[in-house]
Amino acid sequence: MKHWWIWLIAALLPLAFSGQAQALTGEEVMKKSQAAFLYPGKDFKARVVMKLINKDGQERVREMTMLRKNMGEAGGDQKYFMYFFRPTDVKDMTFMIHKYPARDDDRWMFIPAISMVKRIAAQDKRSSFVGSDFTYEDVSGRDIEDDDHIVEREGKVGDRDCYVVKSTPKGSDADFGHKITWVDKTSFLPLKEEQYDKKNTRYKQFSADEIAEVKGIPTVVRRTMKNLQTGHRTEVAYLKTDYNLGMEDSLFSERFLRQPPRKWVD
Amino acid sequence: MPIKTIALHVYPLSPCGITSDLAAVFGSLVEWLVVSSRGLGRGVVAALYFVVLLAPLTAWAEVALSGFMQQNTAFNAVAANPDGRHYKWLEEHARIQLDATEDAWRLLVKGDFSYDHLGRHDQSELREGYADYAASNWGLRAGRQIITWGLGDLVFVNDFFPKDYEALFAGRPLEYLKRGVDAVKLGAYPEFANFELVLAPDFQESRIPDANRFRLYDPMPAVTNRETVKPGQGDVGLRAYRDIAGYDAALYLYRGFQRTPSMRPDNMAAPTKITYFYPRLSIYGASLSGRAGAGVLSLEAAYYDSREDRAGKDFAVPNSQTRLLAGYQIQPAEDTSLGFQYYAEHMHDYGAYLAALPAGFPVEKHWSHTVTARLTQFFLHQTLRFSAYASYNTSNGDHFVNPELRYSFTDRWWGAIGANLFGGKPWGQFGQLARDDNVYLQARYEF
Repeated sequence: MKHWWIWLIAALLPLAFSGQAQALTGEEVMKKSQAAFLYPGKDFKARVVMKLINKDGQERVREMTMLRKNMGEAGGDQKYFMYFFRPTDVKDMTFMIHKYPARDDDRWMFIPAISMVKRIAAQDKRSSFVGSDFTYEDVSGRDIEDDDHIVEREGKVGDRDCYVVKSTPKGSDADFGHKITWVDKTSFLPLKEEQYDKKNTRYKQFSADEIAEVKGIPTVVRRTMKNLQTGHRTEVAYLKTDYNLGMEDSLFSERFLRQPPRKWVD
Repeated sequence: MPIKTIALHVYPLSPCGITSDLAAVFGSLVEWLVVSSRGLGRGVVAALYFVVLLAPLTAWAEVALSGFMQQNTAFNAVAANPDGRHYKWLEEHARIQLDATEDAWRLLVKGDFSYDHLGRHDQSELREGYADYAASNWGLRAGRQIITWGLGDLVFVNDFFPKDYEALFAGRPLEYLKRGVDAVKLGAYPEFANFELVLAPDFQESRIPDANRFRLYDPMPAVTNRETVKPGQGDVGLRAYRDIAGYDAALYLYRGFQRTPSMRPDNMAAPTKITYFYPRLSIYGASLSGRAGAGVLSLEAAYYDSREDRAGKDFAVPNSQTRLLAGYQIQPAEDTSLGFQYYAEHMHDYGAYLAALPAGFPVEKHWSHTVTARLTQFFLHQTLRFSAYASYNTSNGDHFVNPELRYSFTDRWWGAIGANLFGGKPWGQFGQLARDDNVYLQARYEF
């Protein structure tokens, strides 16, 4: 057996590769997760129905069409366009975000009743999105660079194998202490996330309730964010989800903010 | 002398290029509005029109019907009206909105049916009614439409479209601050910039508060013979805008008339008649807005060319002006927004103005400086909103404060309570209304 060592290497190779897979750093896992969750496709469209439910079970519904276009690679700039259907007092209102990961977003709002476009200040990505339990960051992503990410362990959500990643803000100005994310090892979608306050108390919980393949892309089509301290929760359903529709850059402009094209907002 | 209100603007009504179906539909709606002017029958006739229109429309396009019912009351907080009534506003109001789209076409009609309990009775109107055509790099909107340009918060530099100041001061929902104009708006959107041209064949004035409900400063109260002469022609406005290095930049041009009337006595020594008129005006303006530090900075400037009296020698016509506005808006905490504005008006021919001003008339300052602030705070998952707006003119003490609390009881019902508080010199824009302070209630059910 002159070449015993070749056999040994051959036997060890699969181990080495699986070892490599397990050796993804926390940052790598979160980057892949962000790409899978918030950046799939060149563009994306969904009819979003948000139910804001208080602890007594009373519901309010926010319904909008959300359009998203990537301006480059995953993790890069994005443009969002939203057209509101409900509640009725904001019907026909439109909202546009130009998202830049490393700096504050640009946001514009069109108020149809007075036919006015307003640029709005937005230095706080952690503030509530349309009154829901989701923040702007939860909707459009948080800069990976803002946190330290460590793969703490592996775990399961249902029967799915996950990386369990702990993310701790680098700066002291964050309004939360840390968060734990369960990232699916196959799809890299976040299946569960728990946010802890600075006193290490769990206060918010995200869950991906249904995942569907849309044009071959695994997509979270039902999700819930629950505030564990107030008992308030927001359930979101993505209907008519679609990818790679060929949205033009010009769609994300003041002209269409004032005059949303029916083709895109049905 | 000019009646003191901030203001200006443009528009028309020729559905050129609209398909015959649409033109007919549109024409009948406009006709309803024009023909009918008073009397409850108008509302009923209009409602019938809606029903008759709907059938063919639904076959042709995707149609959505919506609307609301509203009650709006404003109580006097200090003194009764000049006409002795105790309310500034007391009205039931309903809207039916029809929105039909088909490919590049859209037809939008907002019909408002309202009944006023303070003597005006039926106040129904076509709030908006227009047809839109949108091509890839140009578009057209024809009919009655609301247009808002510029960046100011209740301060208008380049928004020269007609306002309804009575609505603002009588505690109506903010959308009624704007009046529709009958116009054609042409949009061109080539790569390098965007252009909008607004052509109005008939001049539409701003609505100033009714002298039966508000105390308006009148330098010649003894003269009761008065008439109003409206311009016999329309006006035109142009806006060009584009992004420059992350900032929204725009240029504005206007050629038309002052939106609020000036008054001219037939004889200064012994006046027997006063004529209200709208002096010729052109405006050349620019604006810029974008991120600055933690907030959004807005800058606006405009030159008001008083074409009726360029020399500034006619005391009845507003002097040429420069208007400047700087605004800054921040979000200091979640669901909180704070906005500040500095606004200045500079009179160009001040010497001529002083020389021409008759004895006994209030003297305006060469420079007028105004500061405003607005706080908006949301509570309860953005279903409860508190907002407070305050404006103070440091040159003459004129001020206006408007606090408001608005709550959405459900996704369809909302109500608001607020107040309009005025003060300053008796001839100031707000000072003349010092005894017209009011508390208002608004309740709306949307469907």
